[in-house]
Amino acid sequence: MKRQVPVIITFIVGAVLIVSVFFPPAERLGENFSVFFDIIAVFAFFLGGGNLIRIHGNKIYRRQKDWAFSAVTLTGFIVMLAAGLFKIANPNGITGDVAATGSLFQTLYYNIFYPLGSTMYALLAFYVASASYRAFRAKNKEATILLIAAFIILLGRTPLGVYATGWVPESFSLLQIPNLAIWIMSSPNLAGQRAIMIGIALGVISMSLRLILGVERTYLGVDNE
Amino acid sequence: MNNSRIWSIVIFAAAVLIFGLSWIIIGSQAGHNLTDAFLVTVAAFLTLSILSFLYKDNPYYKFAEHLFVGVSAAYWMSVGFWSTFVGNLLPRISPSLCTYFGVPYKGFDIFFFIPLILGVFLLMRLSSKMGWLSRWSLAFIVGTTAGLNLIRYLRSDFISQVSNTFVPLVTDWRGIGPFFSDFSLSITGQFAMSLSNWVIFVGVFCGLIYFFFSKEHKGAFGYASRMGIWVLMITFGASFGYTVMGRVSLLVGRLTFLFHDWLGLVK
Amino acid sequence: MNKWGLIISLTIIAAGLLYLFIKSIRGRDVERRFIFLFMGLAVAVPILFNISFSEKATPIVKAAFDKIENLPPGSKILISFDYDPAMAPEVNPMTDAFVRHAMAKGHRVYFMNLWATGQPMVATAIDRIIKTEFPEKKNGVDYVNLGYKAGGTGVLNVIITDIRKMYLTDVNGINLDSLPIMNGIRSLRDMDLLISVGGGLPGVKEWVLFAGDPGHIPVVGGCAAVSAPLLYPYYPNQLMGLLGGIKGAAEYESELKRKYPRFAETPQPGIKMMGPQTMAHLVIMAFIIFGNISYFVLKSRGE
Repeated sequence: MKRQVPVIITFIVGAVLIVSVFFPPAERLGENFSVFFDIIAVFAFFLGGGNLIRIHGNKIYRRQKDWAFSAVTLTGFIVMLAAGLFKIANPNGITGDVAATGSLFQTLYYNIFYPLGSTMYALLAFYVASASYRAFRAKNKEATILLIAAFIILLGRTPLGVYATGWVPESFSLLQIPNLAIWIMSSPNLAGQRAIMIGIALGVISMSLRLILGVERTYLGVDNE
Repeated sequence: MNNSRIWSIVIFAAAVLIFGLSWIIIGSQAGHNLTDAFLVTVAAFLTLSILSFLYKDNPYYKFAEHLFVGVSAAYWMSVGFWSTFVGNLLPRISPSLCTYFGVPYKGFDIFFFIPLILGVFLLMRLSSKMGWLSRWSLAFIVGTTAGLNLIRYLRSDFISQVSNTFVPLVTDWRGIGPFFSDFSLSITGQFAMSLSNWVIFVGVFCGLIYFFFSKEHKGAFGYASRMGIWVLMITFGASFGYTVMGRVSLLVGRLTFLFHDWLGLVK
Repeated sequence: MNKWGLIISLTIIAAGLLYLFIKSIRGRDVERRFIFLFMGLAVAVPILFNISFSEKATPIVKAAFDKIENLPPGSKILISFDYDPAMAPEVNPMTDAFVRHAMAKGHRVYFMNLWATGQPMVATAIDRIIKTEFPEKKNGVDYVNLGYKAGGTGVLNVIITDIRKMYLTDVNGINLDSLPIMNGIRSLRDMDLLISVGGGLPGVKEWVLFAGDPGHIPVVGGCAAVSAPLLYPYYPNQLMGLLGGIKGAAEYESELKRKYPRFAETPQPGIKMMGPQTMAHLVIMAFIIFGNISYFVLKSRGE
């Protein structure tokens, strides 16, 4: 029951979705399974929220280290959830877009969620700069090739590249840095990415087959969980 | 009171003063009200709190980070609830709830209890005794993903990619004479185009050889594998260049917010 | 361009680089916070002085532009905002440019999202661009916002054959059957062009795999720079054009400005951001060079 039923579900759903591509009468069933999948995905969001409440609630209840920050997490969670679920200050009421202009939900999105999310990733600019100085070394032939390619791309994707090699005649335009950057992207980069892509595709195909046929069951975890 | 505690108080007082002043000054300017000023000040405070991590880990960063986690989870839950739970599930199972939420009722469909039940099973993950039921939902998710991916990856990322690799190795061929007489290193010239196709064909082939580990990389196979590594190194170099570009853009975006929207220093 | 701003920016950058160069040839370590501060200044100063450069569209961006430009007016274009705030500074200029272009050309635009975080950005784009720059365009006639649906590739697998099975209403709860723009639209196959702007999963790649290829529908992409190199293998057979990062957005804006002079005075965030971007690239390239100088100096000393 605990392990056999999930394997059977995976087989039926996976097989139906594959068959639906080749066999039009099964298309509607494939669509339905996709809609079911989308609805279950929402429950996964709820699960995430539930887990967040459990972990941070526990931390506050037990007064663990940094519990005050867990209170911040839960406060942010509750305020945002209330703004979203009750559509507070939504100009179109309960039927309108949850993120309509003027709603509290959109206000919180643009003034809390947006700056936090984008600054979190903007931090990486500093670490990339630091890594460029400290770790990006021409230690061997391969590293040197990588470095040169990166250098040409960095130069070629800015107006600096145009100014640096703008004097090169049109009959040698391949040697102009911006064109060289374009060429790297559309030739060696394309070849390398395609080789990786084909490799990944083969991996995805074989893993999908293993999952559908029940050979791969690690996603079920262990029984004493 | 030790030194670090004094500093903490000084920094906190300075932050309150700076952001308090910012709120009042922006709010008193023409075209702004106190609510807008408060919101932009909060956004600026959160931006600077995250950036303060560059100096070292500190309570302001931790505050912002924890707030982000909470807000983010609630955001996805809210939008998911309205868009898909209300928008797709209720119209198939409950006319009264559809009327309440103002969505069109599409007729009762008993099969839509399947995702509802599996969704509830997924939430059982939170229970230590009934947690095993979530495997059923997980199995549905895994089965759908596997079924969807298998054909699409086979068609688009395998067959199409292999097919697109078979390109003419000499483009626009008009004979050996014109090849040499019109020879140029122009980006759109015959030589550059042919070179590109050679690099694509040989590069993909050698790259795949590098990933083939069932045969020892020796002799001709070893040379091809080595060439594959070089192609991959150029690929990673290009990816690094683009990653730098992307991260810098995000920083430009945040600093533009601080200088334009908050401080009003740039137009 | 602000000439003095450029000179001041270059002077600050040169001074910092000189300090770093001296440290490097001596093989001395540089405090990481100095690098952070210098990087911050290299980006901040050009922003303060509004430094920007002119741009010219590269073939892959031009292909995307031409695809929209060459469609007859009234064509049906679906634009999916598949991104979050972490990518927004890079890709928002792309969506702005796509929306302006499609509206100016008289196409019908269908907005949607595979990322929940993209939904407020559609509402903002409609308010900021369509309602202010194209007040004659009507919701439900010239454009419609379908909103977000959870499930990513699962959503695409449904709407490729039946949009109404997934979307019963638009984002404002209006029944799709009552919207004139939805007349004759059954599935994605009825669209003339699909545009995905994103950078994560699901994103442009999923649109190619789950919609473009199986439905034989042209796809154009705009993506964060990080994922741009990964998408080149699809171009030009599976992906008609691609805007990679802020540079791609700037090139598109320049092409739009060139073709439609009415946009000369509208904000060009992509072009504007390329000024500080260029300075930052200059600094990072210098970091790579100086880092290697330091490495070889230490190596020659046997350290």
